[in-house]
Amino acid sequence: MSHDHSSLFPEVMPAAPEKATLEGKNKFFGQWFFLGGETVLFASLFGTYLALKNSTAGGPSTDELFGLGLVFLMTMLLLTSSLTSVYAMYHMRNNDFKKMYLWLGITGLLGIGFLACEIYEFAHYITEYGFSFRSSAFGSAFYALVGFHGGHVLFGICWLTTLLIRNAKRGLNLYNAPKFNTFSLFWHFIDVVWVFIFTVVYLMGKVG
Amino acid sequence: MSIAATGKRSFGSFLWDYLTTVDHKKIAHLYLAGGGFFFILGGLEALVIRIQLIRPENDFISAGFYNEMITMHGTTMIFLAGMPILIGLMNAAMPLQIGARDVAFPFLNALSFWLFLFGGLLLNLSFLFGGAPDAGWTSYASLAMQSPGHGVDFYILGLQIAGAGTLMGGINFIATIVTMRAPGMTYMRMPLFTWATFITSVLILFAFPPLTINLFLLMFDRMFETAFFNVALGGNTIIYQHLFWIFGHPEVYILILPLFGLFSDIFSTFSRKRLFGYTAMVFATMLIAFLGFMVWAHHMFTVGLGPVANSIFAVGTMAIAVPTGIKIFNWLLTMWGGQVTVNSAMLWALGFIPSFTIGGMTGVMLGSNVADYQYHDTYFVVAHFHYVIVGGTIFGIFAGLHYWWPKMFGRILHEGMGKFSFWVFFAGFHLTFFIQHFLGLMGMPRRYWVFLHDQGLELGNLISTIGAFLMGIASIVFIYNIVYSAIKGEKAEADPWDGRTLEWSISSPPPYYNFEQLPLVRGLDPLWIEKMEGDGKIPPGEPLDDVHMPNGSFIPFLMGLGFFIAGFGFIYQVDHSLWYLALYGGLAFSIGCMVVRSLQDDFGYYIPKEELKKALEGEAK
Amino acid sequence: MKGWMGKLRTLVLLGSLAFILSGCGRDNLTALVPKGYGADVSMQLIILTTVVMTFVFLVVMVIYVIVLMRYRKKKGDPVINPEQVEGNKTLEAVWTIIPIILVVIMAVPTVFATFHLADDSDSEDHINIDVTGNQYWWHYDYRNEEIATSQDLYIPVNTKVYVHLITNDVLHSFWVPSLSGKLDVNPENVNTMYIEAYEEGVYFGKCAELCGPSHSLMDFKVVVVSEEEYDQWVQDMQNFDTETLDLDPVAQEGRELFEEKSCVQCHATDTQNYSAGSVPIGPDLTQFADRSRLAGYLDPTKENLVKWIQDPESLKPGNLMTGAYPELSDDEADKIAEYLLQLKPSEITAESKED
Repeated sequence: MSHDHSSLFPEVMPAAPEKATLEGKNKFFGQWFFLGGETVLFASLFGTYLALKNSTAGGPSTDELFGLGLVFLMTMLLLTSSLTSVYAMYHMRNNDFKKMYLWLGITGLLGIGFLACEIYEFAHYITEYGFSFRSSAFGSAFYALVGFHGGHVLFGICWLTTLLIRNAKRGLNLYNAPKFNTFSLFWHFIDVVWVFIFTVVYLMGKVG
Repeated sequence: MSIAATGKRSFGSFLWDYLTTVDHKKIAHLYLAGGGFFFILGGLEALVIRIQLIRPENDFISAGFYNEMITMHGTTMIFLAGMPILIGLMNAAMPLQIGARDVAFPFLNALSFWLFLFGGLLLNLSFLFGGAPDAGWTSYASLAMQSPGHGVDFYILGLQIAGAGTLMGGINFIATIVTMRAPGMTYMRMPLFTWATFITSVLILFAFPPLTINLFLLMFDRMFETAFFNVALGGNTIIYQHLFWIFGHPEVYILILPLFGLFSDIFSTFSRKRLFGYTAMVFATMLIAFLGFMVWAHHMFTVGLGPVANSIFAVGTMAIAVPTGIKIFNWLLTMWGGQVTVNSAMLWALGFIPSFTIGGMTGVMLGSNVADYQYHDTYFVVAHFHYVIVGGTIFGIFAGLHYWWPKMFGRILHEGMGKFSFWVFFAGFHLTFFIQHFLGLMGMPRRYWVFLHDQGLELGNLISTIGAFLMGIASIVFIYNIVYSAIKGEKAEADPWDGRTLEWSISSPPPYYNFEQLPLVRGLDPLWIEKMEGDGKIPPGEPLDDVHMPNGSFIPFLMGLGFFIAGFGFIYQVDHSLWYLALYGGLAFSIGCMVVRSLQDDFGYYIPKEELKKALEGEAK
Repeated sequence: MKGWMGKLRTLVLLGSLAFILSGCGRDNLTALVPKGYGADVSMQLIILTTVVMTFVFLVVMVIYVIVLMRYRKKKGDPVINPEQVEGNKTLEAVWTIIPIILVVIMAVPTVFATFHLADDSDSEDHINIDVTGNQYWWHYDYRNEEIATSQDLYIPVNTKVYVHLITNDVLHSFWVPSLSGKLDVNPENVNTMYIEAYEEGVYFGKCAELCGPSHSLMDFKVVVVSEEEYDQWVQDMQNFDTETLDLDPVAQEGRELFEEKSCVQCHATDTQNYSAGSVPIGPDLTQFADRSRLAGYLDPTKENLVKWIQDPESLKPGNLMTGAYPELSDDEADKIAEYLLQLKPSEITAESKED
């Protein structure tokens, strides 16, 4: 080996460490394209939900089922977590590893809070209303859409945890900076999807 | 560390090399081999279908097995033969055409291939485990939900795994083209095949997710008693049809656009002339792709969507004829005034023009929805899409194989055999499918296990079957040609066709790092420019330096294997809960592989400057 | 219309040798010889689009042939470097604009025809039949006449008949090529279309959506009769009562077996118990002996019928009758067949209309 990998660990970090290497740039673009595909994925689920939301087969309807209080709390948790991940990325660009970790940690905790609320919500529907994904076409479509989103949140939390554990002792470098950045892109995406779920499923379910 | 092939190696190390490779050129070989295997399988299924239909009320195979045959023929040819071979060609040529050393995510590239292969194997293993899927390649919800046994479950899981691989491949190619073009290779200097790869990848990215969701919904309905398509609980089977065709129509363009690009390269190379109307060609491709997303419901004219929807989709469908027409005329005008060399690759391209034009013609005719009330789900449609997919995609694949075979394998395919297989295939193809237009209008619906006596359908079906065998013979000759060329074939030089694009500027086959120095591109058809205006060599676009390369890895194979096992678990968990072991075990194994991959620091390695310098000096001699 | 047909024939004859040999296909099955309104409208568009597209094809082929003749490199030709033409704006504009015009020529009549055929505002004034698709047979419920039958659909000539389609199980598609284009038979919604036949006769109907192993055997017939015959047929059907039939002893025994062996649980044999909207589990057998085909596609002989009664699976794989009744001896099957062949409510039959 005539060449070591010192270029990944520069003395002075560049302004945008997540895009400083070709690999970083690839990850950045690749993640954006992946999220483009994810958008269509969720669009398909939204379409299915909209087509089936009134097919309750005699079971509870959206209006009877949903309470906006809990959902509002969930929205706040997830929106805030999106903001905290922005802070984390801000500190990454300032090469402040500790503060980045702090804000990423908070992001993760907020995500866990969101997930806990969602699990409570689902359990509530099942025990109180006997409303499961087998009850009606509406039930199937509701759990598919919201559950798919919840699955994404869970995946995000696991991803973040591995990242945080893995890099705890290494500090920031050009090899792992793109990884933190791709995670934060993903996390924003789930947040945006949730805004749509909040509007289309819950608000329109209550009002429309 | 170096994976350069040096001297004689044992079969074990050869195998290990391919199992762990992340080199786009070797992954291309794998895709071609895998896709070729499934092409043969799908071809045999086609012959079984045609034998069954050789005479009225034949009993060569049972009704149930016939439905398995048509389902597997369609599914195999589209997902496991057509697309993988195309992705193989993209892998082989695209990075070279833009002057890159590999794709953006070499590891992911290998993973894409293994997911495709394991998905394809899973799907086909259904034959050995109680019956293949039998609800048609579209697997419409109501019949697919009722289909007994596990056939449809194999369909769902197999396509889900293979589809995930394809999606990753698409993302990979887009990122590659966006970030890794050589110095001077602007978008509007990219060869048409690269453009087509780019646009096709975008189609894959946006078309596959609806399929993923649709398969999920069907899987949940079949395995976990959800109610998406269960009418008694308010479900709706039309949703399945919509989601399927939102995927399915762009899929047709995924199968044909890469070949539009390839034919553009071939026509231009063998006419020794620049592509006529390059800009129009690029935008026509984009327009076709865009419109391709807008017309899915023309597969559903008879569903009863109402006159408004039918009219909109009818007009939209006919509109696609405009950009496609632009392409056909631009190809003809590329040859006009050129010097047209007719060899095997060019023969397939020339055969494509009339064949595909007929496919396009009938496509527009099908777009008129009131006429389609008669065509729909008959042999007319079967004829139409075979004219497009065989006359376009398969002709293109053969053209591409003849064209790039020297670049990929360093040998030239035998011309005589190449021409022979073209003419036999061409005759067989038209014999098989032209008559089917009339069979459809004469009252023969598609997917018919038998046609009845005395309905005027005997002769047409007989002719069709004879044609199918001619295509079979031509394919066998082509396979023999491959074997022959591997043993006795003429060694290929770097630029056997007097080419125009970057892939012909490096040796055949290229070194594992492709370019010692990234090339400097001075315009469209860079190699031709250097031949006309320079010394015929592409100038370097960077100083000679150490070259960064990715490490090989066995993890992609293992991840594919994990999902394969999990697939079995999913299929059989409804029968016995022990199968959950396979399900969770397989998933855990794959996720474990993913975690291991994330936890490892894989920085790749560098090829020292000295080695590259030696290679350059060797070339100069 | 006839002129157009003639033109099409010449066109196609030129196009395909095989076509000359086999003609336009079997009469009353082929869509190429329309004998009903819907098929006629479709045919006009088929011809229009074929003519336009053939024109385009010929233009492409002329240029193609010229290119190959003039610019092909022949043996011994020296290698030349032709002029590298970038493109030609005028030419490219021409082959963008002309196709757009051609598309408009095809699109406008298509849209008109679409809305025209979809107009069902006058359905109340015509015969309305509820059609139910089943694996693998068709059931017809004549709404206003209060009669029901299966497999053979009787309609009067030269009048609109509205069919309302729905399926009991999986998707099917209702297609009588010579009379009209097809319409899918969905489980979740009723699809409506009309058929109007120009000539009396027996027309072939097909299922055009994959519905299981016997998809290709799910044939049916449309029997087009005169107005008077139709009225007569309806009356005969309404009055048919198996209780008052004059049966010979063998058939009488057959009738008892029909009830004993649980045939009657799925099959109705007369219209006396007609209830609107209900679909029997198995085909209605009221006019069984008048059927043009057995099981949709077999000659209606007694031999075939006995075989069917004993082993339907061998004739129609995947049908739902198999295993739904106790095993029958040759003798029993023979007697039931004898009985079923007595179910002849009317003189108006498919046979009388078949050429």
